[in-house]
Amino acid sequence: MDGVLGIEEYLVVASILFCIGLLGVILRRNVLLILMCLELMLNAVNLALVAFARYSGNMDGVILTFFAITVAAAEVAIGLAILVALYRRRKSIFLQDLNLLGR
Amino acid sequence: MDVAWEMFLLKVFYGILALVAILTFAAYAVLAERKVSAWIQGRVGPNRTTLPIVGDIPILGPFLRSLGLFQPMADGLKFLFKEEMCPGQVNRFHYHLAPILALIPALSVLAVVPFGQYVASTGADPIPLVLADLDIGILLIFALSSLGVYGIVLAGWASNSKYPFLGGVRASAQMISFELAMGLSVLPVFLWVNEPGSIGGLNLARVVDWQDNGWGMIFVQPVSALVFLVALFAESNRLPFDMPESETDLVGGFHTEYGAFKFGLFFTAEYAHVIVGSAIFALLFLGGWHFLPGVEDPWPIGWSGAALSFLWFALKTFAMSFLFIWVRWTLPRFRYDQVMKLGWGKLLPLALGNLLLYAVLASWMG
Amino acid sequence: MNEEILFYLFSTLMLFGGSAVVLSRNPVNAALYMILALVSLAVLFLTLDAFFLAALQVLVYAGAVMVLFLFVIMMLDVDLRERSRPNIMAAALGLVTTGAVVAILLTWVGEGSTIRPSVGSVPTPGNPLAFVTGSKAFGYALLTKYMLPIQVAGFLLLVAMVGAILLGRRTKLKSSEGKDGS
Repeated sequence: MDGVLGIEEYLVVASILFCIGLLGVILRRNVLLILMCLELMLNAVNLALVAFARYSGNMDGVILTFFAITVAAAEVAIGLAILVALYRRRKSIFLQDLNLLGR
Repeated sequence: MDVAWEMFLLKVFYGILALVAILTFAAYAVLAERKVSAWIQGRVGPNRTTLPIVGDIPILGPFLRSLGLFQPMADGLKFLFKEEMCPGQVNRFHYHLAPILALIPALSVLAVVPFGQYVASTGADPIPLVLADLDIGILLIFALSSLGVYGIVLAGWASNSKYPFLGGVRASAQMISFELAMGLSVLPVFLWVNEPGSIGGLNLARVVDWQDNGWGMIFVQPVSALVFLVALFAESNRLPFDMPESETDLVGGFHTEYGAFKFGLFFTAEYAHVIVGSAIFALLFLGGWHFLPGVEDPWPIGWSGAALSFLWFALKTFAMSFLFIWVRWTLPRFRYDQVMKLGWGKLLPLALGNLLLYAVLASWMG
Repeated sequence: MNEEILFYLFSTLMLFGGSAVVLSRNPVNAALYMILALVSLAVLFLTLDAFFLAALQVLVYAGAVMVLFLFVIMMLDVDLRERSRPNIMAAALGLVTTGAVVAILLTWVGEGSTIRPSVGSVPTPGNPLAFVTGSKAFGYALLTKYMLPIQVAGFLLLVAMVGAILLGRRTKLKSSEGKDGS
């Protein structure tokens, strides 16, 4: 690991972050936190994309990240609006209270 | 000691110098606020505080005393030596974190604000005096100042008490609403400055260079200036938009539960915001350090010219800060729903229309 | 050398923030750790010379998206702490799988480091889509190769705005209709 940073270091960090986010989505019961962990996963992918763009020397990955950030902003706006609507109906934002189909 | 290390030390030194300068300005902005408000309301304002030795000089001493020039020191000492209270119901960690989070973004913005120019020799290109001459200057300023809201939101939430909480919620909604209009109002300026074939970018010094004939951007784009100014007032939580701390309906808003030094940090952050905001407005719309409209810059070559350009720029910044204070003591506060309606219903469409207009104009003029 | 220090410091901070998001019981704490992770990620972007993107990351994610999260957490203002324990089986399986993935990846580090190409600051006419540090490349790429995607993205934002407003209003409309009926 001595010398200049290689792309591997960035990719490893990105994948670890992705795994953390995935673990959060699996484990947590709070929809708010699940949304946050989804954002973590998205960010991990963004990091990988920028690293690829930097090491391959073209702009495409960075532009794709730009779009990913845009889409994430839209996604969060909608997701939180759904969450608030959900809370108004069910008075809960925990997954175990949202099992209407299962019963 | 190689060159890189020396450069690093130099940058640290200038950084500390800038911090000291902005903190002093903030302290004296508080004094200015008290004096101007007193003047507007027909009062005298602070005129009692004095220092032992300087205050005893025959004519000068009483004169400085009547100006209240020693008041900021007394205020600062008061904040420092008051008992550090911590109310019982608060969430301790976040309660202490909040004032720090409020101050850091307000100060770190300074790194990309240029404050003067240095001309090495006749005919040489002027070098802007700035800590970090970045391509993304204005974007970084927006990014950092958007982090400032966490201090307020967190203070409101951690206080565990209803009025601060309302203040925190209001602050977050207000910040999101006005940030949009603010960003859109600056776009036409950069659209205008970045002619085809230029290097391009969001550098603040380049905007100032464009205004080197002394005619500020405010004459070219008055609507952008108006939208930016209103959004600036809203973002720095000053009256008529001080929803998060409106003392008549929320006691003290987000800082109701704060006292002593922690309150002092919030206070400093607010005035640092005012000064940095004024500086950015002066850079973008008032021509920065360039002299009067149509007059060639009289700044001499070398460091004396750099100092003069800085002083001229500081004068413009102080004039803008005066406007902030003037507005605060003249206009009444908006109601909260009016603020939201103004942000989304009026300012945002106006900024969008303005952007479209200048985009069409720019393409028409080639 | 500086880049390496920054990389190791802030990737550690980012991973710490990310794990804290998953582990914290209080949503406000989680949001704060999330901000830490996002800002650290912006610094990692800086070490990759993507300055524009780093500023954008702080502005959009840390500045706007997380404020939205905090706003919703505060607006709901209920005890959002989780009452039930997570499923032990799911937890164990998830930990084992992700742990295995990370372990495999860690063995991979340091094998033949790729050399980082040098970059300019402004796009050249010959190769306008090459990676550069300046923000002009963004404008160039967005208005040539990515013309259609950016319009779609703009439309997406519009749809999201309309959708969010609609979702936010629905219950209000229902309740007022109910009042009219009664």
